[in-house]
Amino acid sequence: MNRPLASGRTVGGLRGLSLQAPAVTLLLLWMIVPLGMTLWFSFQRYNLLMPGMDGFAGLENYQYLVTDPALWTAMGNTLLLVGWVLAISVIGGTLLAVLFQQDFAGRGIARVLVISPFFVMPTVSALVWKNMMMHPSNGVLAWLFESVGLPAVDWFSSLPLTSIVIIVAWQWLPFALLILLTAMQSLDEDQVEAARMDGAGPVAIFFFITLPHLKRAISVVVMIEMIFLLTIFAEIFVTTSGGPGLATTNLAYLIYIRALLDFDVGTASAGGVIAIILANIVAIFLVRMVAKNLED
Amino acid sequence: MRFVRHLPVTALAAAIAISGHAQAQTEITVATVNNNDMVIMQSLTEVFEKAHPNITLDWVVLEENVLRQRMTTDIATGGGQFDVMTIGTYEVPIWAERGWLTPLDELPDDYNVDDLLASVRDGLSYDETLHALPFYAESSMMYYRKDLFEEAGIEMSEQPTWEEVREWASELHGTQDGLAGICLRGKPGWGENIAVVSTLVNTYGGRWFDEEWNPEINSEAWVNAVQFYVDLLNDYGPPGASSNGFNENLALFSRGNCAMWVDATSAAGKLYDGNESSVSDSLGFAPAPVAKTPKGSHWLWSWALAIPASSEKQEAALEFITWATSEEYVELVGDTEGWTNVPPGTRESTYANKQYIEAAPFAGFVLEAIKNADPTDSTLEPSPYTGVQFVGIPEFQSIGTRVGQTIAAALTGDTTVEQALDRAQRATERTMQRAGYTD
Repeated sequence: MNRPLASGRTVGGLRGLSLQAPAVTLLLLWMIVPLGMTLWFSFQRYNLLMPGMDGFAGLENYQYLVTDPALWTAMGNTLLLVGWVLAISVIGGTLLAVLFQQDFAGRGIARVLVISPFFVMPTVSALVWKNMMMHPSNGVLAWLFESVGLPAVDWFSSLPLTSIVIIVAWQWLPFALLILLTAMQSLDEDQVEAARMDGAGPVAIFFFITLPHLKRAISVVVMIEMIFLLTIFAEIFVTTSGGPGLATTNLAYLIYIRALLDFDVGTASAGGVIAIILANIVAIFLVRMVAKNLED
Repeated sequence: MRFVRHLPVTALAAAIAISGHAQAQTEITVATVNNNDMVIMQSLTEVFEKAHPNITLDWVVLEENVLRQRMTTDIATGGGQFDVMTIGTYEVPIWAERGWLTPLDELPDDYNVDDLLASVRDGLSYDETLHALPFYAESSMMYYRKDLFEEAGIEMSEQPTWEEVREWASELHGTQDGLAGICLRGKPGWGENIAVVSTLVNTYGGRWFDEEWNPEINSEAWVNAVQFYVDLLNDYGPPGASSNGFNENLALFSRGNCAMWVDATSAAGKLYDGNESSVSDSLGFAPAPVAKTPKGSHWLWSWALAIPASSEKQEAALEFITWATSEEYVELVGDTEGWTNVPPGTRESTYANKQYIEAAPFAGFVLEAIKNADPTDSTLEPSPYTGVQFVGIPEFQSIGTRVGQTIAAALTGDTTVEQALDRAQRATERTMQRAGYTD
């Protein structure tokens, strides 16, 4: 308990501050400048296509955005997308981690293969899914469905959000697996052995030993994935363009529409600020959860 | 030793030589769309550079939507990244009004500006002055499969109606494996499904706005037209119609999966080319179908080359755009790439050319369609805007995109047509209020 205090004193004071200053200043600028500009623009009437209409807009942009039904649809879609992908990748990742921890022939190769989707670029994987997997006439899934006598599904028009969830989950499941598998490897074999000798079955071992052991790793996975999933864009842009209607428009895509299709920088910035608020609300809950887990 | 001592001098001399060389050369950046005709233009870079040794070309070739975003952000912020931009009849008057484009009032004498088709020239003018030169122009028309029509004993009328199209589609749909009665654009976007839907609405007697700029998107004419479009595609269209744009339909039709297709005249060259299309022998042409009124039943669009006012290399850029839109260029493409591949719809002289008429039997149809498309009078009731398949105001990009999305949602059955159009109407009202057109 005493050691950190002592070392804190040696680099403390003015010298410590001056040593930290460059890094901290850089990070602060890195964050403050874009954030400040977003805030500034969100209070401006600024449309690229309408020069001469610029000026202070007050809360007009926010009012316009909040009264737009599209915003609430997009928020709902964002949360649905994050929720489902998290559920699939965490549950699937845990089960797969347990599976890949077992000894079997060719385990090394199998591990590499199962992790590889994570290394495929989002746009590429979206294109592969769109044109080779989910295409209603020449996709693999259509062929599979037809070979068992079911009608082919036109994924992106009849189940748009589900399709996006599948694609994104396919990409992020390996990430969860990667983290959880490493966590599994630090699981004390003696403990498992002891439990087995006490007569615990595999199910009981999973729930009472493996899962508690993975708790920390799972909360890390949840937090990291959440940060990335809130801003999913490429998969939507490539496959559905946010449609049909607004069925797959999330907050990031809505901001893109406002900024680069409507060229309405003011409203887009207001959307950005709302996204920051949403991300922070989510993050506060998460940080608490993770912090609690780490304390235990 | 001597060599080493001379090294700095040699290096300096070389540097001077290089910089001197660079000064004589002007490099212009050309932003263009990845359409077939523009790719041909890019492939002819060497020919241009050989004829103009002091100019080199740097290309930025992108997909239409991405290109539009990059160009709009660049020109609106005065970025000056590009010296030549490829823009359409929608952008030219709007951008010219804002002073973003260089007026082209002093064209070289040998350019023969009076050879340009009048309707295309009007579309690219603002204040009676050309602000862009047409690279190619297109209208819309109907393609059909003569063999299938003959087999079924159907005769194509001189001016088909949409009602007839529905009947024919129902007769031909599914008569062969994977054959759709009709293919139409379903992919959302103001340049995609809205182009087709707009012409349908026009010919059903509807309009985007009344004379006071109040949106009329949930009017009876709109409901009828969109309901017809949705039913037609759901009953007799190809699977996954809501994600088919121009290129997807072109592929479907040239593989023989559509009995009829109403789309851009610029597809004719590719469909007629036996190397790219399996239906070139049985390809039939007809004017775009009509319903209540022939007004606005086929669109007018032209891709044109313009020089942004922010460019610092105006002269070189002008030299390039006059070359790429000249008679000489049309002939160059005809000789090197084949006459079906020449950029259509811009010059009278192209249509007077025997080689072209011989190689492209559709030429007359296309010329006729382009000539009698009138962007200033495209709706049954008077409207305050110009444009057949678009509305010539800056807000239309966002309005068109949003309405396109809701119509796609109606096409997939997520919402009914009435719901979709009501939603589109409300969104458009909001946009127009915000832009200050209406209270």
